[in-house]
Amino acid sequence: MSSGSRRGFLGTAVAALAGATIAPGIRLIDLAGARAPGEKASARVRWGMLIDTNRCATGCTDCVSACNKENGLQDTGRPKTDAQWIRKIDIKELKTGRQHSAPVMCQHCADPPCVDVCPTGASFKRADGIVLVDRHTCIGCRYCVMACPYKARSFVHENLSAQKPEVPRGKGCVEGCTLCVHKVDRGDGTTACAEACKAAGHEAILFGDINDPHSAISKRLRELPSRQLRADLGLDPGVRYSGV
Amino acid sequence: MLRFTGVFLLTLAAGLAFAADRVAKPVVVIEKPGRCVEDTALMRRDHMKLLVHQRDRTVREGVREKARSLSGCIDCHASAKTGSVLGAEGFCQSCHAYAGVQLDCFECHAAKPARAALGGAR
Repeated sequence: MSSGSRRGFLGTAVAALAGATIAPGIRLIDLAGARAPGEKASARVRWGMLIDTNRCATGCTDCVSACNKENGLQDTGRPKTDAQWIRKIDIKELKTGRQHSAPVMCQHCADPPCVDVCPTGASFKRADGIVLVDRHTCIGCRYCVMACPYKARSFVHENLSAQKPEVPRGKGCVEGCTLCVHKVDRGDGTTACAEACKAAGHEAILFGDINDPHSAISKRLRELPSRQLRADLGLDPGVRYSGV
Repeated sequence: MLRFTGVFLLTLAAGLAFAADRVAKPVVVIEKPGRCVEDTALMRRDHMKLLVHQRDRTVREGVREKARSLSGCIDCHASAKTGSVLGAEGFCQSCHAYAGVQLDCFECHAAKPARAALGGAR
């Protein structure tokens, strides 16, 4: 087979594969987010979230509790030093008195300042845009905590026990929202906070691949006006807000 | 001279016997034999190298193959009695205690498989 005809054959095969329907309404290409266990995270994907603050209910903390439960963050009764991966913030527009609420977590920046300042390379961005801490190399210096403009990182001050097998955590390391990386790698296609928000009937948090023009999040981003928090810093966050 | 050597050898033998008894031998209970990802000799010598290699691939690249993952080891090697790889007779801890090698993995990682960890510690 000449190289030209092989290429032609591959092209046809790929086109046939992409168009193949697995079940009515589900095409193979829709499942692109789910990787095989041996496959690396790919830069073709960029995971992100769209938070619609018009749908987010003041006083509701379901996303925070779901995050704590999913990742095994325990309440020690000392909230000042407890790790916190999502904060619910209340915003009031002083002129009009309009009040609304929004969850703020790691914004998974394309150019993360936490990665710039990390002296050991423990704070890093994965190929698919998820910003993580490699606890094996984190020395707990907390430079990243200071560098993050979103106050998204926490430090673990106390010895922990009964961690979840898929979310290892320990004293002396910095941590933050992982976009439920263990769920993403499993191919769940959602995060604990987005699931909880949906279950509560708000659907204020939408998780998805912002690089894929056919994903639900990309479609919503095209329709709704949305903003990046502190867009002036030019960090290109993967988490976008609508209605702020 | 000969007598002196004899006394010396006796003392040495007594010393060795004492050394053998001083530290309890590790308790190695293989719950599910014959299913390890590599042969025993290689696992005894090099398990830490396999784990370090796999940890970087998992954390940095998102590759989560069950075969060489720490959670894969724990799922198979957790004690049937305690459900854990730690404890005096735990698969990991008993050997590490004997060899005098610090076992840091479980400062952060769960020492029990997913189901036992959910039902047990909380």
